[in-house]
Amino acid sequence: MRRLLNARPRGGGRLLLGLLPIAILVLLYLVASQARHAENPRDKILPTPAAMAQSMEIMALQKDPRTGEIPLVADTKASLTRLGIAVGAAAATTLVLGLSIGLLPYARAGLGPLVATISVIPPIAVLPILFIVFGLGETAKIVLIFVGITPFMVRDLASHVAAIPEEQIVKAQTLGASTWLVALQVALPQAMPRLIDSVRFSLGPAWVFLISAEAIASDVGLGYRIFLVRRYLAMDIILPYVAWISLLAVIIDLLLLTWSRTAFRWAHAPGGRR
Amino acid sequence: MTPVLSFRNVWVEYGDHVVLEKVSLDVAPGAFVSIVGPSGAGKSTFLRLALGQEAPSRGEILLDGAPIPPEPGPDRGVVFQRYSVFPHMTVLQNVMFGARCDQAPLTGLLMGAARRQAKAEAMAILDQVGLSASLKAFPRALSGGMQQRLAIAQALITKPRILLLDEPFGALDPGVRLDMHELITGLWREHGLTILMVTHDIKEAFKLGTRVIAVDKRRHDPHAPHRYGSTAVYDFPLDDKLKTAIPKEIAVMTGEA
Repeated sequence: MRRLLNARPRGGGRLLLGLLPIAILVLLYLVASQARHAENPRDKILPTPAAMAQSMEIMALQKDPRTGEIPLVADTKASLTRLGIAVGAAAATTLVLGLSIGLLPYARAGLGPLVATISVIPPIAVLPILFIVFGLGETAKIVLIFVGITPFMVRDLASHVAAIPEEQIVKAQTLGASTWLVALQVALPQAMPRLIDSVRFSLGPAWVFLISAEAIASDVGLGYRIFLVRRYLAMDIILPYVAWISLLAVIIDLLLLTWSRTAFRWAHAPGGRR
Repeated sequence: MTPVLSFRNVWVEYGDHVVLEKVSLDVAPGAFVSIVGPSGAGKSTFLRLALGQEAPSRGEILLDGAPIPPEPGPDRGVVFQRYSVFPHMTVLQNVMFGARCDQAPLTGLLMGAARRQAKAEAMAILDQVGLSASLKAFPRALSGGMQQRLAIAQALITKPRILLLDEPFGALDPGVRLDMHELITGLWREHGLTILMVTHDIKEAFKLGTRVIAVDKRRHDPHAPHRYGSTAVYDFPLDDKLKTAIPKEIAVMTGEA
């Protein structure tokens, strides 16, 4: 008898094994929902799939007569815009600061302590400050996400760049590279796959900050919507919205991973040949 | 004839800890100088000094009669034991990097005729080191020996005044190491290189070098082991006849009898 730790699932079995827990969860939900509805047909806590589909038809296909827009589309657009601007700005800042701190001893001495200090401040704690300084508009929400994820990303990238072997940096100099060329041609290309990874990991916290900010002060957005309908116990809207947010997160993650794999093949493919 | 590289009474000290003392050494053009010595004797400090990664605490180091700049530059090429090539560039890009730095200091990218010329030069050197079949491979797809071939080709493209080798074949299999010995000897003759090689392999040092320098402590105080530093204790100029035998003192010193 083989040890359990040496037994490996294969092919179809592996897929089936992965789907099993999900199927069990869905089944559990359906049974529980059925049971509650048998007792109280107007139950709102565990809505039936039919009820969810009906509510989402209103949210995703019909225009809101007040705004003239489809709520799900408007919410998604608003949230993704905030997320995109904030994460884009965070990535750009990380690239400049991370490369400088990782490569230049002067930048490390000057900026390292500042970044380390900022990164220990809980971002949600500064949200009131952001609302006071930037008002309740878009800026405060974007800045919250930016403040929330940038320090971690900068530290991660700086340590990655600093870990590029000294031999490579010296070799580049013996080939005539200036500080600028070492940054541009040696450090930057090696930092990019790590930056993409770092963005992928930061998207989790970024969503948290986005939804928190939207929950507190907003008039459109995915987080705004679920906190709005919470007042009416509208689980038939909240659950599909949460599923939609998760789906968006997965899609963005896959896009980033695909980009990293195609543009920086040397960092991924085991063989590395073209 | 002006020596390519000279050490004039060079000392390296960290506080009380003396690493090198009173090192004076001239490397003649076209020489292949091997530096051997026990671990921790400061062999690699020689190369760090020559590269400009480290500055002597006393004395001076001259390149073609002028003090060396205090940082690495294209006049001194280098091949380390590992991590000498850029993992994100293909074989061809790795070798063209020197030309790109030289001719495109702003973007590091070459266009048109300059690019074609750099490519032709790179291909010629890659052909000499036997890598012309793997132009588009990334370094991680190459074996250790091929990576070192690439590192050598990459260093040769800038035509350095002196090529510094830091245990260049130390991580390779014995068979591959023999191939590399042939390769480096061939390149040294063909390109008229001046080479300074640090190695812990005494046979390699005598096989390749036209001159072998042993680095060790001349004096030792058991109560203050860091009080005295290493210096060149033996300096063997070799012509081809002498190359076959290892002098007895050296063999005894390093336990390779």
